Amino acid sequence: MNPCAVIGIGQNKHTTKRDDLSIAGLVREAALRALEDAGLGFRDIDAVVIGKAPDMFEGVMMPELYLADALGAVGKPMMRVHTAGSVGGSTAVVASHLITSGIHERVLTVAFEKQSESDAMWALSPRYPFQPPLVAGAGGFFAPIVRSYMRRASAPADVGLMVAVKDRQNALKNPYAHLHMDDISLDTARASPMLWDPIRYVETCPSSDGACAMVLASERAAKLASKKPAWVRGTAVRSEPAMFAGRDQVDPRAGRDCAADVYKQAGITDPRRQVDAAELYVPFSWFEPMWLENLGFAEVNQGWKLTLEGATALGGDIPINPSGGVLSTNPIGASGMLRFAEAALQVRGQAGEHQIDGARTAVGHAYGGASQFFAMWVVSSEKP
Amino acid sequence: MREVAVVSFAEVAYPRSEDDEVELISAVIGRAMTASGIAKSEIGFTVSGSCDYLGGRPFSFVTALDAVGAWPPISESHVEMDGAWAFYEAWVRLQHGDIDAALVYAFGRTSQGELRDVLATQLDPYYFAPLWPDAVSLAALQARAMIDKGICSEKDMAEVARARRRAGAARRASSPVEASVDALLASPYVVAPLRSHDCAPNSDGAAAMVLAAGDLVKRVARPAFIRGVDHRIEAHALGARDLSRSRSTELAAEKAGAKGRHFDVAEIHAPYSHQDILVARALGLAGDVAINPSGGAFGANAYIVTGLGRIGAAATSIIDGTAKSAVAHATSGPCLQQNMVCVLGGER
Repeated sequence: MNPCAVIGIGQNKHTTKRDDLSIAGLVREAALRALEDAGLGFRDIDAVVIGKAPDMFEGVMMPELYLADALGAVGKPMMRVHTAGSVGGSTAVVASHLITSGIHERVLTVAFEKQSESDAMWALSPRYPFQPPLVAGAGGFFAPIVRSYMRRASAPADVGLMVAVKDRQNALKNPYAHLHMDDISLDTARASPMLWDPIRYVETCPSSDGACAMVLASERAAKLASKKPAWVRGTAVRSEPAMFAGRDQVDPRAGRDCAADVYKQAGITDPRRQVDAAELYVPFSWFEPMWLENLGFAEVNQGWKLTLEGATALGGDIPINPSGGVLSTNPIGASGMLRFAEAALQVRGQAGEHQIDGARTAVGHAYGGASQFFAMWVVSSEKP
Repeated sequence: MREVAVVSFAEVAYPRSEDDEVELISAVIGRAMTASGIAKSEIGFTVSGSCDYLGGRPFSFVTALDAVGAWPPISESHVEMDGAWAFYEAWVRLQHGDIDAALVYAFGRTSQGELRDVLATQLDPYYFAPLWPDAVSLAALQARAMIDKGICSEKDMAEVARARRRAGAARRASSPVEASVDALLASPYVVAPLRSHDCAPNSDGAAAMVLAAGDLVKRVARPAFIRGVDHRIEAHALGARDLSRSRSTELAAEKAGAKGRHFDVAEIHAPYSHQDILVARALGLAGDVAINPSGGAFGANAYIVTGLGRIGAAATSIIDGTAKSAVAHATSGPCLQQNMVCVLGGER
């Protein structure tokens, strides 16, 4: 397998409504920033891989067709990935395979969502035959799972609020983050209205317009790059069905298998000790402790203790979502790629104010569907 | 590149099916897996193609996963594109050498809506889609451009449509044409210069394919080896393209190693008769090649399935011994915006 490096990263200033940009303008802004970071132009790119969540989120069917021009893909191979919420991650994985397989030298990968173009809540609440309509969006779906975790782990009720506060405080150090809540504190969080019991408003992700882009390169192309690359040390994807008797939605096996696969490739046996920073897909606060357990950073039912002890804060021993995470920025289709890109920024030493000192190994993680689709990568400052 | 082969293919197609997606896919996955002789536990990667806009709902691929039996969890991906691009992703994945088999499937039930109108939503959302130009009208522009340049006539198109419908009759997803070419040309236009026979039927269907590499290929009697595969996209705006040529097909054919090669069989993904003629020219096909012996899109045309179906039909011609070499083509987007070319051969 050929080595793959991240040599360019770009993203937008994420916000509720980027009405200064079309969809094409949004993805092109992120792509141009990634190319500039890599010291390259569109002409240097061999292929484009684009990902986003359901087409109904903007009301454009197969938008890669319309976006080919804006992304400089004309005359090149272009692919469109869609794996629900995990798509930003799996798109990066597909793009990395075009490098590791030896097919291409430089691949541009882009993920986006322009939620203001449509209504994700509507698009997430379809009527299926023979099923009662939920009409509650993602929060309504995940609230019972959070409740189940709290009961199983005997977790104190404040842990979710602590995650919400921590991630919003981290976001204040990230100029691209959507939410910049200057007055965020445990007290203001406690006063937040209950939205989907036990999830308070402050514990949910925003609806964002935004895109993320990366330039992935072969070893030969990475040598020519102007800045220090991040090396991809492993990639993995796992899926399991949405529903069957006995399925554990709190601690899904697909997530555990995905982590085991990617750690094996990267030579990680003790994630809490060996990983310097992790960007995990946490759209509702309680998913931080849940994923800490699912991904092997904590024992079963113990994940909340890491949050409570401050281990997952910027200064902790396993900082989770130093960028502010999905809780602070959620252009759905791009949210997974932002996790992957932020992990790469950490090991390149380019994360700015939210940089973890000396980060050498970082994890990017995304999940989607009914906690059933997982994508992960491990990036390192060291070449494999 | 690592040698990867198509070892089995199965499809179902109907003018209209009351089966849901899971039922359609279960049937073809079962058949393709049985024909491959490869065990489910040996499949290292699964990838599918589907389109939410056919059913007017998000995440149509999620429930489809039930047909795969993704337990224990599987390494899996999905493209919101024709299954041909899922096939490409599987081919890329198999290049790594850590796995030796992949399952590819695609499904589409076009009967759930008016496809020619639904496809208008894949156009530029600010300047083009609000005008709701339907897919048949856009294809008619392309046919007109070809006729104006003297590349084909309405009679040529009728002959192609008639031949493809007859060849595809066995698939029973479309009505074969009994009328003479003269009688066809006397029929009214749908959108001039396209008549009803020039437009492939819209079908409900699914297809599944098993790819293998390494030791797993050795135990297959007659695999169809992938000698080259490439895909390219063109500008979206129709005005930015010469519609009477398919430059992306020409480029993909060159990169896939199809240029100047002889093929026994060519399977072209052309939902309109003039596109069959256009792609055959772009591929530079020699005289004695059998074009679309399966009938192509005119035999069955389940959106999202038809491109994968062409690769499957080309591979099947090698697997069943009727051809030694074949080329397959798949397309996506208005007026052949994006095209894939795959070269297949039977020799080890």
